[in-house]
Amino acid sequence: MLSFDGLVAVCVLYVAGLFGVAFLAEKRAMEGKARWLNSPITYTLSLSIYTTAWTFYGAVGSAARSGMEFLTIYLGPTLVFIGWFWLLRKMVRIGRAQRITSIADMISSRYGKSGGLAALVTVLAVLGTTPYIALQLQSVTLSFEVFARPGALGAPDTEQTAVWVAAGLALFTIVFGTRSLDVNERHPGLVSAIALEAIVKLFAILGVGVFVVWGVADGPSDMLDRIEASPVSDADWNGARWLGLTALSAFAILCLPRMFQVLVVENSDERHLATAAWAFPLYLLLISLFVVPIAVIGLSVPEAGSNPDLFVLTVPLGLGREGLALLVFLGGFSAATSMVIVAALALSTMVSNHIIVPLWLQATRHEDPMSGDMRRVALMARRLSIGGVLFLGLGYYRLSGGADALAEIGLIAFLGVSQILPALLGGILWRGATRVGAAIGIGAGFAIWAWLLLIPNVAETGGLVPSILDTGPFGLAWLSPATPLGLQATDPLLTAMVLSLGVNTLLFILGSLFSFPSPLERLQGAQFVNVYDHSRALLGWRGAAGTADDLLIMAQRILGTSRAGRLFQEAAAAQGRTGDVPEPTPDFLESLERELAGSVGAATAHAMVAQITGGASVSVRDLLAVADETAQIMEYSSQLEAKSAELSQTAARLREVNQKLTELSVQKDAFLSQISHELRTPMTSIRSFSEILMQADPVDDAARTRFSRIIHDESLRLTRLLDDLLDLSVLENGLVTLHRGETTLRDVLDRAFYAAGAMEEGGRIAVRRDAGAEEVTLVTDPDRLTQVFINLISNAQKYCDAAEPELRIEVRRGADAVEIVFADNGKGIPSRQRSLIFEKFARLDTAKGAPGAGLGLAISREIMARLGGSLTYQPGGGTRFVVRLPLGLADVVAARSVAE
Amino acid sequence: MAKRILLVEDEANILEAIGFILSRDGWEVLGHGKGETALAEIDRVDPDILVLDVMLPGRSGLDILRDLRERPATRALPVLLLTAKGQARDREQAMALGANAFLTKPFSNDELVATVRSLSEGSVSPSSAGDDRRSGA
Repeated sequence: MLSFDGLVAVCVLYVAGLFGVAFLAEKRAMEGKARWLNSPITYTLSLSIYTTAWTFYGAVGSAARSGMEFLTIYLGPTLVFIGWFWLLRKMVRIGRAQRITSIADMISSRYGKSGGLAALVTVLAVLGTTPYIALQLQSVTLSFEVFARPGALGAPDTEQTAVWVAAGLALFTIVFGTRSLDVNERHPGLVSAIALEAIVKLFAILGVGVFVVWGVADGPSDMLDRIEASPVSDADWNGARWLGLTALSAFAILCLPRMFQVLVVENSDERHLATAAWAFPLYLLLISLFVVPIAVIGLSVPEAGSNPDLFVLTVPLGLGREGLALLVFLGGFSAATSMVIVAALALSTMVSNHIIVPLWLQATRHEDPMSGDMRRVALMARRLSIGGVLFLGLGYYRLSGGADALAEIGLIAFLGVSQILPALLGGILWRGATRVGAAIGIGAGFAIWAWLLLIPNVAETGGLVPSILDTGPFGLAWLSPATPLGLQATDPLLTAMVLSLGVNTLLFILGSLFSFPSPLERLQGAQFVNVYDHSRALLGWRGAAGTADDLLIMAQRILGTSRAGRLFQEAAAAQGRTGDVPEPTPDFLESLERELAGSVGAATAHAMVAQITGGASVSVRDLLAVADETAQIMEYSSQLEAKSAELSQTAARLREVNQKLTELSVQKDAFLSQISHELRTPMTSIRSFSEILMQADPVDDAARTRFSRIIHDESLRLTRLLDDLLDLSVLENGLVTLHRGETTLRDVLDRAFYAAGAMEEGGRIAVRRDAGAEEVTLVTDPDRLTQVFINLISNAQKYCDAAEPELRIEVRRGADAVEIVFADNGKGIPSRQRSLIFEKFARLDTAKGAPGAGLGLAISREIMARLGGSLTYQPGGGTRFVVRLPLGLADVVAARSVAE
Repeated sequence: MAKRILLVEDEANILEAIGFILSRDGWEVLGHGKGETALAEIDRVDPDILVLDVMLPGRSGLDILRDLRERPATRALPVLLLTAKGQARDREQAMALGANAFLTKPFSNDELVATVRSLSEGSVSPSSAGDDRRSGA
């Protein structure tokens, strides 16, 4: 026997070797060179973490005690891998397409990214895995105890050994499991170390098998005789239990967090599964091949000792095969460590992602979740979780004190994690499955399982059997775990299995049928159930022929030919490749994605690269992110559109204004000309007559008087013209002072007609008025209003072109305003000139040669605006001007006049 | 025999002033105030000299001048154009249409009499008629 020190040294060396392999693999993987890492054999070997120390040692023990029953543990997975290959493939595809990180993530993702469901599955997984880890620690310490003699380090202290093993495993897992927060959560170093351990396990057990068949017995035929004679072959055959255990192990391989980790998460190429479909059952066959012979020999050889669970180790050891025994020890060590490492990794991912990080986000929700801090927190959470999981396992182990009951916990744990199965299968196969169904199904199954199996086992392990477990809570015997529903369960495991999974499935189906899925659930349900429609197979970087070319074509479209070409050339050169196209390594893809993200947004870039590399279909999250980006772009473009529309409107307005200005400019020239004429005409008379009066030639008195009067009148005419110009200027600048008073419309009209001379006999134009309608009281500036009316009357006098000119005054009284219409029976104003009539200086074509400077209407309109009314031209019939004045607004008007 | 002058001018006061000045200088002065009927009046009166305002109601003086120059009977009739617009463009237009002289209102009485006299003597060519420098200022 090796000394304890020696054994420790061997273990340390072995672990150091594993470290080396893991480091090397990690390094090669980073360089994209590790071809063997991507082989289906490595993948298959990593699946062997299914055979833990519990099966490595315990299968022989089970065979020694219960005959062939141990085979069920291998039969289930074999059936799954061969018969349910399609299901595994679908799980792997979904895992890749949705970038699933754990079994909890899978369930949560399917059911609308439910955080609560993820936490529930996580708790279930931790509860189901902790005793299992304890079991591994127990087997390692037991094997230490058996193997080692006391040495310099003293006798093996079981408790201390377990602590050291747990600490070492935690360290290993942290180093290789949390090196980075990779999106795809793959750990090539860790997987390769596990594959190596799988080989050690297999060789150890095969070595012992060969030894017992050919070294102890005399070959296979002698062996068969011995088996025939041994009590192993006499063991009872319990069909129900066989069926139950086979089903249970089949469920477990689908639901165990560590199996999901290696099967789905660490899968780098979907085609590897095809190899695993036959290679993994073959591995299981090989590892179980010699179980019965070893058990039979162990039972017949006294040196093997009394514990059948250690026959694998004690048979070669007792028969003096220390080398072989050491190999077996390492095999068992491998089985234990690989299981613990992967389980810790898988659990830590779940605990960190679904419990710690959400809590942390909750606690710090006011901070920016996108800060770099998040990454550090997630890594730290994962490391702490690994430590925590191992600490739990260790605690459970120490609590149990290595009790025999621990052995039974393996199957109990299987049933615990199997509660996930209905929700998992339903989620993959049935679009109608809902979050509510999954939650109540898992919850109920979990509760039944815990009550019927976990709690009694924990109580027994801890040596505490509270009476409540025997008599049932509240004295209700049918609730007691020992006699659930009053059943006298001969096999508590099977009873619990049927009850928990049955209720679980039933509630899952009913819950799904009677609840409505959220939109996200519907989407995810479709993505899961119809995963093959939405995704392409992940074929691994190497296998994806033409991927780089496709990437180049895409990059050229987005980045432009020269920039894309430069990017690819540089990447190829950095990889040491000749030619223009680099290997699509993860590093390169990442940098390409970053480059593309600058042009199309991060989510779109990711979706595009993923689509081409076939790494994943576009997940709902991606689609939503793409939609967000698109919405932003659309908003931006609609803003641009609006701006452009605004611009063209502005341009149209500018053109309009410009045209108006041009017209105004022409008018202004005409007006200046007109003003010149209006000023020069009276000045001509004034100058001529004053020269006549100044000349030496005398004129008679009558002539002198007459000439003086003409000079006087023409001076007044000049003054009036200047007054008009000033009036308009004042009105336009808002400097006018209004003198308001109460008057009637009729008074104002009378004054205006009188002043315009229109009422005189033989006036140029006939006037029609309605005296009754004109009885309207106004509060206004009567002089200014008269001025407006005079202007309108004289316009009609001047411009009405009818044979018998007629001016009709219509009064229309409204609730708060009165309208006075000045309508003549002429041709009216041509429509193209209507927009000009209120412009000052305007003199229409029809007014050519007519007196007046074209200021009247401009002045009138200004006055009406000042009076709070309006003056508009109304098309139709002859010329119709509408004067609108507010009524009954004395207060307002008064206020306005004060303000002015 | 006193030569006959026809004044076509819509402003009554100006008509009176010019009539008074030219009558005192010995001309037989006739007046007319409307553009539309000016041509008929010219035919009827058959003046030796025509003094024509540009801004006339009904018909522009320039249009009347154009007609005069197109008709053989009046092609050689000396015409003095009066305008109150005072823009160089008007004067150029008037000369191009064949006006013999051009005065911008307001003008001095002496100026008017001198221009009419020179037209009557035929010593004034259409291109240099009247007080051009002044009217173009």
